Amino acid sequence: MIWFTLLLVVLVLAALWASMTTTLLRATLGLALASALLSVVMFSMGATLAAAMELSVCAGLISVVLVSVASLTRPRSIQEEIASRRSRLRRIWPLPLVLIAGGVALSFVHAPVDIVLRLPAGDGDVRTVLWSMRQLDLFGQILILLAGALGVLVLFRKEAKDDD
Amino acid sequence: MSDLLLLVPFVAVVLLYLLPKRARAVGLWVAFGILALEAAAAVLDRFATVDVGLLAPLEKLLGFHLATDGLSGLVILCTGLVGMAALLVARRTLESVNERFLFANLVLVAVVGINGMAMVRDLFSLYVFVEVTAVATVILVAAGRGDHVLEGAWKYIFLSVVASVLMLTSLGFFLLSTGGITLDAARTGLAANAPLAWIAMALFLCGLFVKGAMVPFHGWLADAYTAAPAPVSVFMAGIVTKASGIFALLRIAQSTLGGATPGREILLVVGAVTIVVGAFLALTQTNFKRMLAYSSISQMGYIVLALGGDLHLGILAAGLHFFNHAVSKSQLFANAAAVEKQLGTLDIDEMGGLGARMPVTAGTSAVASLSIAGLPPLAGFWSKLLIILALWNAKEYAFAAVAILASLVTLAYFLSLQRKVFFGKPLEKWAGAREASAGLLVPAVALALVTIALGIGFPFALRILLGGGA
Repeated sequence: MIWFTLLLVVLVLAALWASMTTTLLRATLGLALASALLSVVMFSMGATLAAAMELSVCAGLISVVLVSVASLTRPRSIQEEIASRRSRLRRIWPLPLVLIAGGVALSFVHAPVDIVLRLPAGDGDVRTVLWSMRQLDLFGQILILLAGALGVLVLFRKEAKDDD
Repeated sequence: MSDLLLLVPFVAVVLLYLLPKRARAVGLWVAFGILALEAAAAVLDRFATVDVGLLAPLEKLLGFHLATDGLSGLVILCTGLVGMAALLVARRTLESVNERFLFANLVLVAVVGINGMAMVRDLFSLYVFVEVTAVATVILVAAGRGDHVLEGAWKYIFLSVVASVLMLTSLGFFLLSTGGITLDAARTGLAANAPLAWIAMALFLCGLFVKGAMVPFHGWLADAYTAAPAPVSVFMAGIVTKASGIFALLRIAQSTLGGATPGREILLVVGAVTIVVGAFLALTQTNFKRMLAYSSISQMGYIVLALGGDLHLGILAAGLHFFNHAVSKSQLFANAAAVEKQLGTLDIDEMGGLGARMPVTAGTSAVASLSIAGLPPLAGFWSKLLIILALWNAKEYAFAAVAILASLVTLAYFLSLQRKVFFGKPLEKWAGAREASAGLLVPAVALALVTIALGIGFPFALRILLGGGA
């Protein structure tokens, strides 16, 4: 239990680091670390397929995409960096306090965590759920990816035109 | 048949990309044709009654669990009408064939999202299609030009993410409390007064309030509408915001809340505050599109307020005001696009006397403004009357008074808009301004005719629009 709690604490710290750091690369690493730790949490809770998905997509693929994007951006000057760091810290310093206060408040709420979820047919296997029960949501996921691809086309072309 | 409302626009987007580049001009007309068929299907109610024997194997293969009723038909009709208007405006305001092609594709993706929202019966699927629409719309907003575009798109995406977090948390709570995420399961949980189910519903409502720009979550809307290119404003104001936030509220009020007191009270208070704050903010604006944006916030407040009234009459009134506002507001944004194209500005204080030079734009703008303000015999009068009756029947006299008084403020800001832009002596500096091209006038005139026709033929039109399903 203590290891599990420790894991959750490190996960929150990694997510906070990702939110508060001023460099894109560090933010990406923070996100990848948080995702990897979340995968471990999922593994330890027996959700192996979900954990594998989280590890491959969030900690893997998304991190690679974000690092690629970060490498394409123009590095900021030292002055810009200092100004940005000051303003950013000023804006988000309450975030950890809100998180801590929220955690404390939630600890007083006696959520009914002993409720046993009604498992869907097919032994609740995530594959059965995805392919046989939630086809509509899968279709929605495909649409979101399609919209993302169209977004890349629209925005990158706009960027290229603006540069001209 | 309802599966086709998702599949046809999706397949069209994929197939359009197989066309050679020189044939891309056809993309806008393909999208227009699909939306025209969609509007026709909604009016004829064919998607609910057509013999589905031929489509049965496809439906079995896909396994989509969709259902249509009067409310779905209403949203699908609005999507068709507003989408066609936006595409016509895009034809005259977007410069290149490629821009128009990408716009048409993104509209089709958003249409799949809106159609999906209209037909699902499951809170998670509702969330998924809300997200599909949001992603397509963020890209449409970000595709505009100017420094303020980034701010508008950023605010929209940031608050969308906040809404998503609220809705996903809510779904988790629904699973914990009821063991399911269907609308039926949510209704059962709420009827049993399970505290966790009510917390879940409150979170889901907050998510929808953000998407629907209800006060105090309205900050993103004015920036997004103002920053977006003209056809995107028409599409967003006409249907996207309403479908993502307000229609989902309508569906939940109809299917899960069932007139339960805590839900009704939340809707009444949020609706009334949104009406008043939106109306007074609209009164102070000097940018044409920004005034229309705040007016949209106020009018969406009316729809939410109606849901807090008498259950059946309230849903009927909300549905009708949803339709009226979708038609009139997208028409006003088309008018704004016509004015901007002629003058190159949207600053109301710089305008004046344009009615003499742009009589059709001025006339259609007056029709839409007066309809939204609730003047008889236009369509907006009937929906506002029904809203007030729904509140009166539910003995919510104070909220009915708010609805009536806020209508006066609505009339005040729309009369101010008409006076400053179209009335008075024509200004010398706009001597070169001419009436907008036919491409921009067609959607404005067509939508104004819908407003007039619905107002005059109200009893007949209401039966067609809601088909007894609401």
